This record gives sequence, C-alpha cells and structure tokens, in this order.
Amino acid sequence: MEHLLWLIPAFPLAGFLVLALTGKSMPPVWVAIIGAGTVSLSAIFTIIIGITFLSLPPASAHYVQTLWTWMEISDFHPEISLYLDALSLVFAFVITFIAALIHLYSVAFMAFDKDYSRFFACMNLFVCSMLLLVLADNLLLLYLGWEGVGLCSYLLIGFWYEHPENGYAAQKAFIITRIGDTAMAIGIFVIFYQFGTLLIPDILAKAPSLWQPEASMATITALLLLAGALGKSAQLPFQTWLPDAMAGPSPVSALIHAATMVTAGVYLIARMHVIFELSPTVQLIIAAIGAATLFIAGFSALTQYDLKRVLAYSTISQIGYMFLALGLGAWTAAIFHFMIHAFFKALLFLAAGAVIEALHHEHNMFKMGGLRTKLPVVFLTFVIGSASLIALPLISSGFYSKDQILWFAWASKNGNPLLWLIAISGAFITALYTTRMVMLTFWGEVKTEVDRLPGKLITIPLIILAFFSICVGFIELPHNFGSLTLFSDFLHQVLPETLLKSTASGEVFFQLLGALATFSGIYTAYILWYKQPEHLEKLKRNEMLLRLYSFWHSGWGFDQLYQTLIVRPIVFIATINKNDVLDKIYQGITLISVALYRSLSFTQSGSLRWYIMGLVVGAIIILGIQIML
Amino acid sequence: MKTAISMEMILLLAGLLFVLGIAGVIIRKNIIFMLLSIEVMLNASGLAFIAAGSHWGQPDGQVMFVFILAMAAAEVSVGLALILQIYHQHKSLDIDNLKEMKG
Repeated sequence: MEHLLWLIPAFPLAGFLVLALTGKSMPPVWVAIIGAGTVSLSAIFTIIIGITFLSLPPASAHYVQTLWTWMEISDFHPEISLYLDALSLVFAFVITFIAALIHLYSVAFMAFDKDYSRFFACMNLFVCSMLLLVLADNLLLLYLGWEGVGLCSYLLIGFWYEHPENGYAAQKAFIITRIGDTAMAIGIFVIFYQFGTLLIPDILAKAPSLWQPEASMATITALLLLAGALGKSAQLPFQTWLPDAMAGPSPVSALIHAATMVTAGVYLIARMHVIFELSPTVQLIIAAIGAATLFIAGFSALTQYDLKRVLAYSTISQIGYMFLALGLGAWTAAIFHFMIHAFFKALLFLAAGAVIEALHHEHNMFKMGGLRTKLPVVFLTFVIGSASLIALPLISSGFYSKDQILWFAWASKNGNPLLWLIAISGAFITALYTTRMVMLTFWGEVKTEVDRLPGKLITIPLIILAFFSICVGFIELPHNFGSLTLFSDFLHQVLPETLLKSTASGEVFFQLLGALATFSGIYTAYILWYKQPEHLEKLKRNEMLLRLYSFWHSGWGFDQLYQTLIVRPIVFIATINKNDVLDKIYQGITLISVALYRSLSFTQSGSLRWYIMGLVVGAIIILGIQIML
Repeated sequence: MKTAISMEMILLLAGLLFVLGIAGVIIRKNIIFMLLSIEVMLNASGLAFIAAGSHWGQPDGQVMFVFILAMAAAEVSVGLALILQIYHQHKSLDIDNLKEMKG
C-alpha cells in the first residue's frame, strides 16, 4: 500500500486547486461534493493504508514514498518524500477522519454563505498542508506544511473579512505564531549546520552520538524548536492569539483551532523527541510551561461568557496537559490525550456551532439556557463531549488519557508533586468551567428562542464524534484496571517508554483523587450556577474576587502586557520615524543638487555678449595670476 | 634703409587692436559689426605673429599669418551665411533679440 501514500495529501490538494480556480462559477452542490468528497476520500485511503500497516507491519516499522527531488544543491537535496510510521499514522488518521466529518458538517453549516467555495478551498488546502506536516520525512517539507497551516489559519480566521475585528484577529494569530515559526526556522538551520542533513530519521539516529546529554547545542536546538511548538500550540507566552481566533466560523475552530493545527507543536516535539531527551532542562521547561498554561487557561475559561471562548481557553488548557506529558517524557500519554482531545473538542466546537447557529448567532452563554429539550441531539452530544473533557471516570475516554498524565506527573522519573498538584487542580477547574458552560447553555430558563433546527448533515457528524469520544478511550486502560495497552504498544515502535520512579506505587489512590477532583468540580459548579445561585451572588459581593474575575476574564492581562511592552513601543518608534530618519540624508543630497542647478542655470542667459564677457574676464584673471606669480 | 620699429611698439599696437576688437564684440548689438570686430581681433593676432617672426628672423611667423588669412576668409564666408539665415528667420540682426538658448 506504500505506493498509495501520496494520494492522502493529493486529494485535498486537488480539491483546493479545482475549487480555487473554478469554484466561483460552480453550483454549490458541486462545491460541496468536491470540498467534502476529496477529504473523505483521503480519510478512506488513510484508513485502508492504516489497516494494511497494522495487519502487515513493515519490517522497518515505516513506509517511505519518495515522490521527487525538490531541489539539488551539491549534497543538500531535500525530497518531496512521505514517511508513515506509527506516530504519523495516528496523526494522519485523526486529521483526515475528523476533517472529513467537519467538512460534511460544513456542507450544511456554511450553506448560506456567499463565499461557499472559498471556504472549502481554504479548508482543503489546510488539510493538505497539515498532512504534509505530519507525513514529511525531512524538516524542510515539514516546515512547508507548518507554514501552510499557518496561512490557512490566517485565511480562515479572517474568513468573514467584512468585520475589521476579524481581520485583526487573523493578523494577531499570524504574527504571534510567526514569532515561534522564526525561532523554529533558526532551529532547523542549526540542525542542518550540525548534522548536514534535514532527514528526520537520520537526525534522530545521529543525535545521541553527536551530542552528549545536556550539551549546550542540544539545549539551544531544543529550545528553538520548542519556541515554534509553543507558538503554534498557543502555549505560554504565545497563548493570546487562540481566544481571538474564534472569530472564524465554528467548523474552522473545530478543525484548526482545536483538533489539528494547534497540536502541531505536540507532534513536532514527539517527532524530535530524541533531541528533547538529550536536554532534560528543556524537558523540565516544557513540563513547567504546560502546567502553567493549563492552570492559567483554566481560570480564564471559568470567567468567559462567550461559549466559543470558553472552549478556546479549554483547548489551550488541554494542550497544556499534552505539553506537561511531553515534558515528563510520557510521550505516548501525550499523543493519546491529543487523539482523544481531538475527538471531543471537535465535537464540542461543532455542537457549540450548532447552538450558536440555532440561536441566531448568539455567542453569550448568559443569553442561552433551557436548550436541553429544544435541541436534544446537540444537547446529548455536547454533554458527552463535556464528560470527556472533564474526564468523567470510567465511562468517558478523556478519563483514561488524563488519568495517565496525572499518574505520570506523580510517578514518572521527571515528575514531581508540584506538577501533579497543578495538574489535579487543573482537572478540578476543568470540571468547574465545563459544568458551568453546560448548565448555562442547556439548563435554566429559555432566554433566546431557537431559530432554526440543525439538519441531518449537522447531527450525524456530532453523533459519530460523540461515539468516538466515549469509545476511543477503551483501547488504553490503566495497569490496575484492565491493563490494556494497545495504543501505547503501537506507538512504542517510534516513541520510547516512559520511565517510572522505582518508588512509585498506589496508582489506585491517585485515580481516586483524580475522580474526586472531577466530581467535586462538577458538584461545585452545579451548586453555584444551578442549584443555589445565591452562593454565587455572595461571592460576587467580594471586592477582591471581582477584581480577580476581571483579571482572569482578560486572560491574566497578557494582552495588556504585550500591548504596553511590545506593541506600544514599536508603534511609538514607527510614528516618530514616519518620515524615515535615514531618508533625510538622501533628501538633503537632492536638495543641494537642485539648489546648485538653479544657481548655475541662471548664468545660462542665452545672451552671447555675456558669454564673451565671461570669457574675457576669465582670461584676464588667468593672465593676471600668471603675471603676478 | 629700414627704420627699426621696436618690438614693444608692434606688440602694443597688436594688443590695442585686439582689445578694440573685443570691445566691439561686446558692445556692438549688430551681428555684422560683431563679425567685423572678430576680423579685427584675428588681424591683431596676425600682426603679433609677423612681429615675432621678424624678431627672431624665422619664416614661421609669416606662415602662420597666411594660415590666419585663409581661416579668416573661411570664417567670414560661414559667418555671413549664418547671418543671412538669422536675418531670414528673425528679420533682425540685433543680438539681444536672439536669446533662444536661455537656461
């Protein structure tokens, strides 16, 4: 099946080309068929290739298909070459499968948009770039995909460009991720300088012999790559772009800003894990950043009133868990959480989109309510997704992935009690804000009437995703409970095992604590936002808490901080230098030449007698000088 | 018997003629008079050559004078042709009216 690998990214690319070139004049039905069809075909091929890969594992544990040589400069010849191993198979499967469902959903969701074909063209290009990113076998091709998804993210956040604030949100996302991208590009240069190749398998094989553990070059490279990952994955300190990215249509938020693109950073770190393992300091930094991000974003999610912004902050927080796991060396746990998060967060965004659409573009949760009976399918699937997000014990798949991370935060070799404490309080906050969101949206009295009921094309993807949000977790069960390790066994072909402390024990105890955090979070939210709102009123009277509330609401003041520290000085310098100081030199040269020209052209009077006069006077002067000397 | 006229006197005469020529060129408004003044200047320089030739007893001075004569003839013919053309075009010989080359 190796030779069919190229079809996976080729279908969406073909869809993009057709739609971009002829989409304007095409009837909407055809646009929908091409847009959703190509991605679905790509998903089907991924599944076929995946089944072959699983049933007949290749001896080298990967497929490679070289399409052509991209360029050839002496001994540097990057190829357009696809590389499929366990890690990229998981990513490719999640990307194509969820993208296919989201495309189906968009067929109905975007049906009344005047830029129907532009939407599908951009979405197809995104899927193609994302697949290139995860299937690339060299860093240059990976970088192409990396920039491609950034471009599509920009195009789709600013999809409704008539509103200037959407354009600003798109620019913000693009510029902030660009900071990370630049660092990553420098990282790639460093790798090329050190290894003389950009081929990922070669780099991973050579790195341990080239660099000692804790070598400064390894640390620098790891930090540069990490900066790229942080930018793309909206982690501290680059997290501010993601909440604003919700300006795009809901399917875009579901696909790009929840399920796939924002986890590109996780993929990059997992893919280059050897380099990160050589630098335990950087690993500790990753874990610390993940923990800090999940904590900060959790509190911000608690105070939002825009349904999609809650989900955005929750995405940042959940990716924080993945980074925490990566930092702990729990590679498979991170990828497992990525997969499950992709399912349930795509589900939540799609369901939120359905709610917002049904309520006539109402984003404010406090104006929703009582939708339980009005939108039963959306309600059920949303609750299932939320259950997975808050890691409801035993029945939701989120429990199995998050439980692993919590356990590793305590028990793995890099783990320590502080990280565990942050992670488990993060779990509590997650339960708190998710329950609040569900309560405000679906319970209580009806505040906005339902305008339009979602059709079959919208509900079917929701149901499929809900099914996966529950069931995918069962392929990996904890050691003391079923001890099924299908997923991690599969990934151990590529990623190393997580090392545990020798003293680690009592997994049951930690699982119970995790469950307790979840349940207490749910209960607290239930009391505060449904059963006895008078408690909430009492809290609202506290001056300190109110101030804290607005601080969290603004995302811990990061936007204001960057505004004062970076944006204002740059804008200030730009205003001073509006006329370009350096330009003054060149302007001065022109001014002098013009003045000289004017004064000299005065002598060109056209009067012959004056010329002769000049000649005579000149001759007399020269003769006079001759005689004098 | 030849009366010797001193060298200084001849050169003084040549200089005087030359200055008169220049003054004519500068002061006169009529192009024909300017051309005449140029002839005076040419002959002044020719006189200086003759004087120098006889002073050193060399024939070169007289050779140069023949050259100057030939050149002056050519110059006058071209100059007169130009003057004719100018008169045709501008219906005037006043040099102050001919300022087309003004910067």
